[in-house]
Parts: sequence; C-alpha cells; structure tokens
Amino acid sequence: MSERILEVENLTVDIPVGGGMLHAVQGISFHVDRGETLCIVGESGCGKSLTSLAVMDLLPKKAIRGADKLALAGEDMLAAGERRMSDIRGNTMGMIFQEPMTSLNPAYTIGNQLEEALKRHRNVSTREARDRAIYLLEKVGITAAESRLSQYPHQLSGGLRQRVMIAMTLMCGPNLIIADEPTTALDVTIQAQILLLLAELQREFEMGLILITHDLGVVARIADRVAVMYAGQIVEEGTADQVFNRPTHPYTQGLLDCIPIPGKTDRSKPLGSIPGIVPSLIGRFNACHFAERCAYATGKCTEGNIDMRDADEIGHRYRCLLDPETCNRNAVREAAV
Amino acid sequence: MLIYALKRLSVALLVAITVSLLTFSMIYLSGDPAMALAGESATQMDIENIRRVYGYDQPIIVQYFSWLGHALTGNLGHSHYLKSEVADVIFQRLPVTMTLGACALGFALTLSIPLGVLAAMRPNTLIDRFALTVAVIGQALPSFWFALIMIFFFGVALRWLPITGSSSWMNFIMPSVALGYYITPAVMRLTRAGMIEVLSSDYIRTARAKGLRPIVVLFKHALRNAIIPVVSLAAVQFGFMLGGSIVIETIFAINGLGQLAWESILRADLPMMQAIVLVLSCFYIVLTFLADLLNAFLDPRIRVS
Amino acid sequence: MGDTVQKIDSVPVIADRTVDEPSPAERARKRMFSHFGFMFGAIVLLTIFAIAFLAPLISPHDPLDQQLARKLIPPVWHEHAKATWVHPLGTDQFGRDYLSRLIYGSQISLLIGFAAMLISGVIGTALGVAAGYFGGRVDMVVNFIITTRLSLPVVLVALAVVSLVGNSLWIVIWVLGLLIWDRFAVVMRSTTQQVRNLDYVAAAQAIGCSTPRIIFAEIMPNIVNNLIVVATIEMAHAIILEAALSFLGLGVQPPAPSWGLMIAEGKNHMLFDPWLVGIPGTALFILILSINLLGDGIRDVTAPENRN
Repeated sequence: MSERILEVENLTVDIPVGGGMLHAVQGISFHVDRGETLCIVGESGCGKSLTSLAVMDLLPKKAIRGADKLALAGEDMLAAGERRMSDIRGNTMGMIFQEPMTSLNPAYTIGNQLEEALKRHRNVSTREARDRAIYLLEKVGITAAESRLSQYPHQLSGGLRQRVMIAMTLMCGPNLIIADEPTTALDVTIQAQILLLLAELQREFEMGLILITHDLGVVARIADRVAVMYAGQIVEEGTADQVFNRPTHPYTQGLLDCIPIPGKTDRSKPLGSIPGIVPSLIGRFNACHFAERCAYATGKCTEGNIDMRDADEIGHRYRCLLDPETCNRNAVREAAV
Repeated sequence: MLIYALKRLSVALLVAITVSLLTFSMIYLSGDPAMALAGESATQMDIENIRRVYGYDQPIIVQYFSWLGHALTGNLGHSHYLKSEVADVIFQRLPVTMTLGACALGFALTLSIPLGVLAAMRPNTLIDRFALTVAVIGQALPSFWFALIMIFFFGVALRWLPITGSSSWMNFIMPSVALGYYITPAVMRLTRAGMIEVLSSDYIRTARAKGLRPIVVLFKHALRNAIIPVVSLAAVQFGFMLGGSIVIETIFAINGLGQLAWESILRADLPMMQAIVLVLSCFYIVLTFLADLLNAFLDPRIRVS
Repeated sequence: MGDTVQKIDSVPVIADRTVDEPSPAERARKRMFSHFGFMFGAIVLLTIFAIAFLAPLISPHDPLDQQLARKLIPPVWHEHAKATWVHPLGTDQFGRDYLSRLIYGSQISLLIGFAAMLISGVIGTALGVAAGYFGGRVDMVVNFIITTRLSLPVVLVALAVVSLVGNSLWIVIWVLGLLIWDRFAVVMRSTTQQVRNLDYVAAAQAIGCSTPRIIFAEIMPNIVNNLIVVATIEMAHAIILEAALSFLGLGVQPPAPSWGLMIAEGKNHMLFDPWLVGIPGTALFILILSINLLGDGIRDVTAPENRN
C-alpha cells in the first residue's frame, strides 16, 4: 500500500467580489499517493488553479480557504501557521507554474535562484548547493549545466526556463509536486518533452504528482488517476482507464466527444460541443451545476446539491443523479461505430 | 555592456555640444551683450572697452569656438564684477550646493522609498492613504513658501534651527528638507507603483512557492526590481534640485552655486551666468549618463538589448 | 450512427444570455461624481476661475490703491484693535487691501498657468505625436531635443532669459511655455506609440486614409485622456514657476498682485505680520492642490487601470 502523500477533504475557496461571494471551489476531495500522478482536468475558470494554490496556501489575500482535512504526508496543514507553511513550501511540497517566461526573477542568475531554493531549507554551503543545482539541471536535460548557472533568465528559451523551474522545484527533494498547466505556454513540440520529463522524474524520485491541465491529450499520456472539475466541483474521478474509456458523467462525455478521432469521427457531422456557458458561481447555488447544459437533465437535477456516487467499478465516482447505465453511452458509441 | 555605454556616451556628448550652443547664444537675447554687461550708467567708451575685452566684436562663430575652446580647458571666462576667474568662483561654491543637493536627496529617498514600499504592501489601507496624502500635499506646496513657513516655526518661533548661513550641519537641515520634499511625492509614487506591480508578478509567486521568508521576498526579489526606475528618477530629480537650489539658497543665504547664479543675474554678469548654466547642464548630462549605466547594471535585460 | 437515447424531460438550455449593464458613459459619469478628489478639485478650481473672472465685481477695493495710513492692518480673525471687516484679510505694508490683491492675483496665476500650459502643450504634443507616430529618424531627433531640453536647469534659464529680455507678463508666459513642454512630449510620444500599434490604426491606413486624418481622427481621440492629465500637471507647474520667479523679483513686476510677489514683499515683515506670507501662500497651495486633484481625478475616472 503506497504512502498517502496528500489528503484533501471538502476543500472550499470563497472570494468576496463586487456582486457577493464567489464560491470558486465547492467542497472537493481528492488524494495522491507516492509515485502516483493525479490529473485534475477542467476548462478555464473551473477552479483547478485555485485548488492548487489552496493546497500550497498561496491564495490571494482576499480568498478564504476552508477544508475538513488537508494533510501532507500525515501532517495537518490546516493547523500549520505561515511559518510552518513557508518551511514546507519548496521543501516537501513544490509547485510549477504555467508561465515559464515570467516565473523567474530577471535580476538574478539561474544559479543564484536555484541555490537559493536549497539554502533556504538546508544548511549547506554554496558549493554543495551549486553541485546539486548542476546535478538537477542535467537531470532535467539541460546541457552545459555549469555554464548555465551564470546565465540570466532572459537568455533562455521558454522550454529551457520551464526545465529550470522543474529543477528548482526538485532542489530539496519534495514528496509532492503540483504542476499547474506546465506546458500550456510552450510550443507543442516541447510540450511532450516536458511531460515525459515530469513523468520520468516522478518515477525516479518517487514523488506524488498533481498535474493540472485542460488538455485531455496530456492527461491520457501520463495520468494514473483523473479528477474532472466543472464549475468548482469534481464531477467525476477514477483511474485514467475508467474515466477515459467509461466516462459516466455527462460533462466528461461531452468533453471526450469534443475530441475528433482520426478515422472514427464522421466527417460530415458537426464536431461535438457542449452548448451553453459555465454558470456564475456568485451566491448560493443548490443544484447540479451542469444541469443547464445537460442533455439528460430532469427537474430533479435542479432541486438540491448532488453528491458523489459510485459508478460500476471501485474507485470510479461521479456526481450525477442518473444511473451509470443511463449515462453510460459507451454502449451506444461502440454500437454506432 | 561596453557598447551600450559607448552609445549613451556619444549621445551625452552630442547633447552637451547642443547645450553649449544654447548657453552661448543665451547672452544675445539681450541684444547687445556688451551693453548689458556694462550696465546702465556706462559710457560709450566703457561699452567699447568691454566689447573688445570680451571679444564681442568678433564674428559669432569665432566667439563660439573660442569660448568653447576655453571652456574645455577650464577657462570659463573672467568676471568683471568679482574681479576673478569665473571657473575659480564656481568651483569654490560648487561643493556647498553639492552638499545641499546630496542632503536633500538623502532626505527625500529616506522618506519616500520606505513610505512607497509600505504603501504598496498594504494598498488602500490607512498607511497607503497617508502616503498618498503626503504626496498630494507635497506636490502642491511651493518650495519657497514651505521654506518660509519652516523658518517661521523652527527658526523664529521655536528657535530650534539657524535661519541663515552655511556654517554648521544644522544650517543644512531646513534647506535640505525644503529642497528635498518637492521630489518626495514623485519618488514615493513611483516606488509604490513599481512595488505593487512587482509584488503581483509571477516570479514573486515563485519566490513564495519556494518557501522564502517574507523579508527576503520583499527586498531581494521585489524591491530589487521595483527600484530600477526609481534610480533613474532620483538621478533626474537630483539634477532638478541642483537647478532649483537657487530659490532655497537665496532664502537661507547659503553660499552656493545657486546664490552665485542669482547674484550674477542681478548684476548681469553674463560670463558667469553662461558658465553656471553650462556647468549645471554638463553635470546633469553626466548624471543621466551615470544613471543609464546604473540602470543597465541593475537590469540585466538592458545590457543585452 | 444516431442518438437513440431518449431525452428525459430536458431542461431548456439558456444559450443566449444578455448582460444588463450600464453604458461606459454612464459608468464614467458615476465614477466622476463619486470621486472625491475630482469633485473637490473641479469645484475649487471653478470657484477660483469664477473669482478671477468676477474680480472687478467682487473685489472690495482697488488692489493697487495705497493707503499708507492703513498699513499693516491684521486680518479680522486677529485679536487686534485695528482689525476690521473693511479689510477682512488685512492690508500690506503699503496699505493695500489684501483681499482685493488676493482676488486680482488669481487672475495672474490662472492666466499664466493656462497660457503657458497651452503653449507648452502645443509644442510638446506636436513633437511627441510626431515622434510616436512616425518613429525612426523623427523619433530619434525628437528624443534628442527632449534630452537636450531636460539637461537645462529650468528655473535658472528662465531667470536668466527674463533678466536679459525683460519681464513683462507675456514674456514670462512665453519663456515658461517654451521651457516646460518636455512632459507633454514624453507622455504623448509613448501614448501615441501604444495607440499607433493598435489594429484600428492599421485598418485606417489600409483603406488609404491620409496621415493628418489618421492622426486627428484615430490617434488624437485616444490620447486625449493623457493629454488632459499632463495639461493639469503642467498648468500647476507653470503657476508654481511663475510664483517662484515673481518671488525672486524676476517674474511679474510690482505693483501687480502676483501671489508669489506678495509673498516676497511680505517676507521681511514675516516676524510680526505672518499673514502677509501665509495668505497668498495658502491661496497658491489651494489652487495647485485643486488642479492636481482634478488631474488625478480625470486620470482615475477615464482610465482606472492607470491609477496609482
């Protein structure tokens, strides 16, 4: 049984805005084990980035975080003050952000910023920090690592900068890495490289990895488990195989339908899309968030909050009133194909 | 970096030459410089004398180049009124003005930068509103009036500080405050705006995600970047202050370059006036050049482009 | 292929939602009236304008009328035998009514401020827009001109020029106008550069609009905000400079009631009659404060994203 690195129960993030309270994240629960990759997918604005910031306790000042449980390798992070959190960040838990172009300080060298990450948490000499930096730069596939140390961020390409960011996150050997859309801002050709790199490093260093993305292709490549988020809630979760091949929630199905499959998708028909727009999360919302856009919605769907329920297999859960058989259009698809 | 420096240097030289042309032609605004110099009660003989002695009878081009040539070798002309070399007098009085300028700048920076940083850290709170109020009021106070008010309260009513002269360091307190407070609003606002922008940038988020302590994030990462435009501004403002010191020096009877400029204007001591404007302008040009270099040093991105 | 699953009591999809919000003009108007600085600045400035305009009507006395028997009367709020409502703000060392001088002095400050601002505005905007729009060599030349101007010590040069040319009101205005255009040039240049790169300018060029037309119809309307803000800054700047020049005796000449000159004249009596310095200084302070607040307010209201 693998060690549970991160346990999150009923996480909420509320942000006071002009028109009221924005319930950006509404009671989501998930976990990550050592050596496991959890992918959180969803469209822009579903709250996935805020989820990662909430775990790191890096939310903007106005935001209010709440949770029943938030534990990192057993340690309760809800009780941890800012001092303890700053000891944890960059140390046992690290984060990689979306924009490599602006995530590094332009005034200092790469080496300075790498070494700083280690020296903050460990009592090491500059020499030792430097050696570790070179070691990790090589690990992330950067050649001529030693000379790179004295370069400035603006002298490196986006792909290189993101590799540096990854190396920086690894400086202290964290148990968990949260990667928030690490490849979205990069060229398509580089994206694959960075993702494979992350997967490789995760295996080698035996870490937990949370990958946040809106790119389903990315998920298919490296996810062990998947959580699908919509409008602040997780609407479906399970192993990658379960969610991709037997999607049970109408939203997940809709998402997968949007992906054209060469050879299978009928050319003469319009591409799949989900009509409507994401609902506003300001103020109380006691209904299924997806009901407005759902092809199967009934009156009951708007009567109250919907809880997660089990689908046919263990570990596969979804948030819908309908039974798996009704939702599971797999039979329909396979028959049609 | 070297190429950048050379480029800035050549621009600076070109500007200096243009300024010298302007300063030179300034004295012709009065029509006949010899007449202006001679004064109202001069005879025709006096005027002709002066014209010859100062070379105003030469063709303009010749005058300019000989003046320029002399200036480059340190000969800024001869003051009819003070009966001494202009250069000597100027460089004798320069240190006083420099001291005043430095103190004023020091006062301004010590007040405005911390205030700007604090205001940026807590935007829209009491400290922020206080800082902005200070800025708004500072910009509306004419410096000569502020100086008089200070003299009235601290010099006369309370008798804490000396009013005139430049004998001791106490003499410099009020003039420095009067001269320096005027640039405080601009520097404070720039620091505040820069810090607000920098504090919301991605690399600050990265620094926090690395677990760096708040002080480190604030100074090593944030201020280091936010301060870059402030350096340029401070250099520019220092130059303005030197030019504006004329008012403060006259009020406080400080024996500096500003006071000298004032006296020479009153007496129509043209060579002196010319020389002072030239010296101040050149100093300003050097200052901006150094500020450019400092900028490049602080921001690695500038060096490469 | 077909969808054989039945829809069960489907809920209608709301695909088209209209957003009900006030128009930009309404929002701007609302921002204007709720912005304290803007309202304060606007009201005070308008009041001072009104005072200046109506000076002959509201001024109790002739500002130049010397009554030596009534010299150095303190203002009414002083506990003094001589204080009287005939001269609410007292009299100066020549027996001239201070309130009247203050009122007429506003004319001088406003006139100089406005005129110098217009002159410097025209020069600076022309240079800045040209540099920003045409770029290349024009930009280089304008930058050079700006750098040269910035190297000159303004107060010193203004004093020197005025001392050499003469110091009538209009000479002061022109000297100031010819010296303080730099901020106009710098701001208009950078604003024009930003606007120039926007798509609607490219569109205008693509359909063959002439350059003057593009400048006036496409670019100018979008830089007007910044122009107005800089105009207020420079107007305040000009007023302060004129006050400083007059204070030093090289601005407006006596017996004109320039506030700076009043401060200079009152300086020597400051010890016993501080109001001679306090009153005109306060007037200057209030005028400049209102102009600055108005400028800040305009910037906040028209482009809140540029706010401090």
